Amino acid sequence: MSTQTAIEPAAERRESGVPIPVASPRELLPYWIFAGLVLMLAIYFVGAEEGATSVFSGSAIHELVHDARHLLGFPCH
Amino acid sequence: MVRTLLVRGMLVGLVVGLVAFAWAYFVGEPPVKAAIAVEEAAAAKAGAMDEGAPEVSRDLQSTLGLLTGILIFSTAIGGFVGLIFAMIYGRIGALQARATALVIAAVGFTTVVLVPFTKYPANPPAVGSGDTIGERTGWFFVLIVIAIVAAVAAGRLIRDLYARWGVGNAVAAGLLLFAVLIGVAHLALPAENEVRTGFPPQVLWDFRLANLGTQAIIWSLLAFGFGHAAERALAGKPLLGRRAAAGASAPTT
Repeated sequence: MSTQTAIEPAAERRESGVPIPVASPRELLPYWIFAGLVLMLAIYFVGAEEGATSVFSGSAIHELVHDARHLLGFPCH
Repeated sequence: MVRTLLVRGMLVGLVVGLVAFAWAYFVGEPPVKAAIAVEEAAAAKAGAMDEGAPEVSRDLQSTLGLLTGILIFSTAIGGFVGLIFAMIYGRIGALQARATALVIAAVGFTTVVLVPFTKYPANPPAVGSGDTIGERTGWFFVLIVIAIVAAVAAGRLIRDLYARWGVGNAVAAGLLLFAVLIGVAHLALPAENEVRTGFPPQVLWDFRLANLGTQAIIWSLLAFGFGHAAERALAGKPLLGRRAAAGASAPTT
């Protein structure tokens, strides 16, 4: 995050026992946008679809995941 | 590496979901069934029309439906843990892989589960009016967003203070800031109490404990399972097995 740690030589960090970050924020951005969106959608369908808001009409999805929605703590009905 | 961490987070989440399902099925379903029985008894007494058979039978809801919902949720949470790990590993002091995974899961459980639980606790079926579902769902997610923002603010405060104050004091200051922000949110957000008079309190208590247990299993097992998986990924090892992955450099120990 801070530029100070980003430009610190990797060898120096390894010696000091500080782990080296695996990716720059730039490399992470597409993962956050695409994977983050898909993961959010997955949680939405378990947690809120056909309850507060609906993408599909009917109640089959709501009823299928009904017990999981309750036991995971989402407001259900 | 980001891809590996994302995939491993989701795989660990999937396996963790199986354990959470076992808990939810054996511990969570009895109060759910009891709550539905209370609802049906109340409806029969009021002389209300039977709602008719649901589209998905109760037997399917309490088994395959429960399994599906929990597996999707815990896989998605595992994916997020993997992405957050890729973002913060190597950037919070000298914390190693397992400790980083533990911090992510602890903060995640607090912000996504504990904080909303204290204001809008989970309710079993039969508790809650369909008229306010939109409002309640909205405030529930607003509180989660507030908790995440408060956690980020606390994290930044700790980062700014630890060189001068030392880690212990900086973390204490961060926790205090988090508590104050959540306290303010608690006072500012509207209360939603849907539990009707006469609903058996023991069923409500059992259900809420089952809810907390399901989430605690998901987040705690993710902390340890993903910590292990991430450590192996960083050492170039496959998720399972003893040999190093083909093409990956052997760990230098």
